[in-house]
Amino acid sequence: MNAALREALSGIVGPRWVRHRAAELATYAMDGLPTHESAPAVVVLPASRDELIAVVRLLHRESLPFVARGAGTGLSGGALAAPNAVLIALTRMKHILRIDAARRRAVVEPGVVNTRLSEATVPFGLHYVPDPSSQSACTIGGNVAENAGGPHCLKYGVTTNHVAELEVVLADGQVVRLGSPHGEPWGPDLVGLFVGSEGMFGVATEITVRLEPLPQAVRTLLADFTTVRAASEAVSAIIGAGIVPAALEMMDQACVAAVERSIYAAGYPTDAAAVLLVEVDGAADAVAAEFELVDGILRSHGARSVQTAVAPADRARLWQGRKKAFGAMGRIAPDLAVQDAVVPRSALPDILDRIGEIRDAHRLTISNVFHAGDGNLHPNISFDRRDVALAERVRQASREIMEACVAAGGSITGEHGVGNDKIGYMPLIFDAETLGAMQAVRRAFDPEERANPGKVVPVHACREWHAAPAARPRPPAARPRMAVG
Amino acid sequence: MNDAIAMRLRALLGPHAVERDPDGLPRAVPDSPDAMAAICGAAHAEGWKIRVEGRTTWLPADAPADLALSTRGLEAVTSVSPADLVASAQAGASLDLVRRRLAEQGMWLALDPPGRPERSLGSIAATATAGPLRLGFGPVRDHVLGATIVTGDGRLVHAGGRVVKNVAGYDLTKLHVGGFGGFGIIAELHLRLRALPRADVTLVAHGSRDALTGAARDLSGTVNPAALELLSPALAAEPDWVLAGRFLGTEAGVQSEVQRLVHGGGLQWQQVPADRAAAFWGLAARAALGGPVTLRLGVLADGLDETIDLIERELTEGLLSAGAVNGMLRWTGDAAVERLRAVRRTAAAREIPMTIERAPWAVRHALGHFGAYREGVGQLVGRLRESFDPGGCLSVALEGAME
Repeated sequence: MNAALREALSGIVGPRWVRHRAAELATYAMDGLPTHESAPAVVVLPASRDELIAVVRLLHRESLPFVARGAGTGLSGGALAAPNAVLIALTRMKHILRIDAARRRAVVEPGVVNTRLSEATVPFGLHYVPDPSSQSACTIGGNVAENAGGPHCLKYGVTTNHVAELEVVLADGQVVRLGSPHGEPWGPDLVGLFVGSEGMFGVATEITVRLEPLPQAVRTLLADFTTVRAASEAVSAIIGAGIVPAALEMMDQACVAAVERSIYAAGYPTDAAAVLLVEVDGAADAVAAEFELVDGILRSHGARSVQTAVAPADRARLWQGRKKAFGAMGRIAPDLAVQDAVVPRSALPDILDRIGEIRDAHRLTISNVFHAGDGNLHPNISFDRRDVALAERVRQASREIMEACVAAGGSITGEHGVGNDKIGYMPLIFDAETLGAMQAVRRAFDPEERANPGKVVPVHACREWHAAPAARPRPPAARPRMAVG
Repeated sequence: MNDAIAMRLRALLGPHAVERDPDGLPRAVPDSPDAMAAICGAAHAEGWKIRVEGRTTWLPADAPADLALSTRGLEAVTSVSPADLVASAQAGASLDLVRRRLAEQGMWLALDPPGRPERSLGSIAATATAGPLRLGFGPVRDHVLGATIVTGDGRLVHAGGRVVKNVAGYDLTKLHVGGFGGFGIIAELHLRLRALPRADVTLVAHGSRDALTGAARDLSGTVNPAALELLSPALAAEPDWVLAGRFLGTEAGVQSEVQRLVHGGGLQWQQVPADRAAAFWGLAARAALGGPVTLRLGVLADGLDETIDLIERELTEGLLSAGAVNGMLRWTGDAAVERLRAVRRTAAAREIPMTIERAPWAVRHALGHFGAYREGVGQLVGRLRESFDPGGCLSVALEGAME
């Protein structure tokens, strides 16, 4: 690693916050997905907006590629940096800058941990709704990059529905404000375009999010079914009745078994083919009425039993198994490939049968836990990555699962993003023309393609799409002026 | 020139798909996204300017162009999936037709845009004109899962998908919903639907503006209406301001909401009879056609009073509606370009974007749908436009000519 660059970065953030030793870099060589590994050339940890902007401007001057990273809980290899790239870790930028309870807005730095924001706003009777399973660790900046979801997004929407305004530093160091305090676009909807761009359009320096009032009443139901199909039909019947529950989650037998054998045991019936967790929230009387309707639908669709919880402690117990399902799977094998795909809700039973066939064909252990209300599947494959042949079977099975979901009219990712893990699947759902358009949009934000290079869009599969004029004068940053590595 | 273009279009599309507008301008009426792409490809090669027309009930068909491209030939509802609550429809399909098709199967699209019910879906999406239901169901973009776009140089781009949750690739759909056609022409839309609500209740209260906005503030957080819209006396055709609330959902849920509304906030609420509620909201939507210019201001509820004062001071007469809980103000009337520019400047200083939703070309050209952007954003938008319409064929004024 070039000492001059390290010195220049140290001049901005202080020497303590520039990491380059192998042991230090190893911390940043993976995200939450154990199937990809790559250590950056150097890691820099800015403490403030000004430091972050100064770092990006320095990297622009040096034509160096960079990757912004939050807590590293992502599940698509999106926050991994190549050995020639600088990794900008945003975990020190963890300040909640403002909470405006009257306007139901909060302004945060990108490194604020998701649950910390809700904890800070609860005293005002408000919360930040998107709740990915990693919410106790993941950051709002990472959520913006990935357009993160979570169980409660069925009713309240995903990250993109909760971001009103962004301040962004583009890869050339220019700082722009997108959106408006209201959330109404200022011009075209560039906030909507930026959210979910996986760190390839720039780095959010300041994020204005919407806050929602805490629901007056919440009730949770847990129903168990003897077939996955019956549980899926109950899901469709609830939605078809015009009820939009706050959450509608399903776990299959393998998942329930893993949970019940772990320290997170929640009392789920282990002989059930599927367990459905339904939460309704809102005004007390409306919740009581919806609860009755949901309870009736669950029972009429073959639920063997329906447990209900109203008190927070009881609800937490019912949720515990779902929230800790990924942790519970850690008992099965050392590694877990958490997959993410979407199918039309009506295709759920068939796709689960198909995943079962793929599991058997490749002799794998797969547990399914998913957001049934919106058809967002998480087939989780337990394995040991030291077993090379097994890891290859995991890779092959993952691809077959994606192909099956696409064939059913679905998508290769509902909330984890493409990163580098799924870049090879992109041509399954997008033609060359559309991939070319994506690449052109990326170049409009980052003509030199230095922000998180090599992710999301498989450039080789793009139809050639003329570059925006600003992209033409300068060559791509393939040869950094300052040597690294 | 016109004859040569018409001849070329006939050769491309067949004689049935080319007509003349009242001024003799060739008008192509493609019947597929591919045909639409062929027109744009030819226009790009020849340097022709294209004016896109929907059902011409919203934006006037007056942008200067060498040819008009109508989406009228693309009016099919191409798929409906009740079990998944998704549907696909071509851009020229009227909202009315789509509503009827969906209602037959117990579904609806939770959009109530301004204008006439026969407005095309493409127009609603391209202008991102949401109505009062924005409070309960979100802006137009929340209802669009994906879209087929024809770029200015004739490429077909398939943005997004047909499932309700999807983060594969960049979210290109967002650029086109509310892009006013500056980044391409919407050919088909994939839509998120909802089950038809079992209960649909509308209530109105009359009073001074202060009394109504104050009551709405008090109600915020205690009731959850699908819409709570403040209507000016001129728009409501009433002597006073009107606050109109709409509740949708299950019978029990709606009844409990209505009870909380009636007992909170201190207003005298009257329920609009069920057989007149649709007409009430329809009239409010059509009021946006009551003058040549319609604009929206992205204002928060706490800035509403101040912004209405600004409008009344600068633009005088007009028809005004606003979300009483979530802000967002829409004004329709007649005003000189200078007055509109003054409002935009004042609003921008308060961090409120003003979008011209509808106006004659002279106003659109002078002010642009968006006008001046925030610092640095203009270059970004310019590069995005260049990438989707490299020849500048799409005759759309996003930025003002004289800003």
